[in-house]
Amino acid sequence: MVKVMVYPPTSMILSDLVERTGHEALVVSKEVRKKVNTAGLDSPPLNMTPEDPKKGLKYAAVDVPSGVRGRMSLLGPMIEEADAAIIIMNDRCTLGCTGCARTNELTRFLLRTKRIPILELDYPADELSARRFVHKIREFLEGLN
Amino acid sequence: MKATKYVITGQDSDVLPSDIALKIYELGRDINVKETCFGVIIDGEEEDIEATVEDIRAMDESNIFIKDRGFPPGDPRRCRGHRGGGARPGFYMMQYESEILPLISRGPASEARGEEAPPKAESVKRPGLAELEEMIKEEFS
Repeated sequence: MVKVMVYPPTSMILSDLVERTGHEALVVSKEVRKKVNTAGLDSPPLNMTPEDPKKGLKYAAVDVPSGVRGRMSLLGPMIEEADAAIIIMNDRCTLGCTGCARTNELTRFLLRTKRIPILELDYPADELSARRFVHKIREFLEGLN
Repeated sequence: MKATKYVITGQDSDVLPSDIALKIYELGRDINVKETCFGVIIDGEEEDIEATVEDIRAMDESNIFIKDRGFPPGDPRRCRGHRGGGARPGFYMMQYESEILPLISRGPASEARGEEAPPKAESVKRPGLAELEEMIKEEFS
């Protein structure tokens, strides 16, 4: 079983296809779950505290906005654990925790420089491209074994 | 550790959220189920959830998609009643992906039937400069 990071990291389709082939999908909701289940934190909407932008300093400089550093505190550990990645290039619906374009660029950059197997594709627009989409993902994931 | 998952049924699925909820009750595991219009949200211990997910997926392999959720159902930090209404964070991403789910479902369905993947589409070639000049001359002659 391999840990596969999916981008967008909130994608239902990618995380489901990864889990079907027996691998573990690294998604933002699992990181959020760790925070939710950790006792002792305050409860602003996402359990983000002023400590999180400081943790993000590992991935981005201090002059980078705190939104990027806060998001990287969630995404950074996922990137570090990833043994492979699937990246959607035409991610049109990135909002909320995936709503920062600079964070998304940094995430894709860090994944590419990590020298792990990466599959880059686009969301399909018709049936034939959807079947190719699923087939490529399945081939890629089965090749990771 | 407790885990929460969304179980989302595609538009082409014959399985209703109530069918999934009934199936989970039949299994008799210690799992909370919240029915929604798009599927169910299940919450419980991780081992029970993983086992239940396999049983639910078997109901309709091609049209049921399962996604992790950070917050348990009814958590006041996400509850729309507590937060004054409006869509919960993540709704628009799920809505966008739900619109292409019928297409995505064809992939696992065709693989289950043993069909090969369709060949790669030919890329559209851009006309070169000379061809473009010819086209302009023809159009304006």
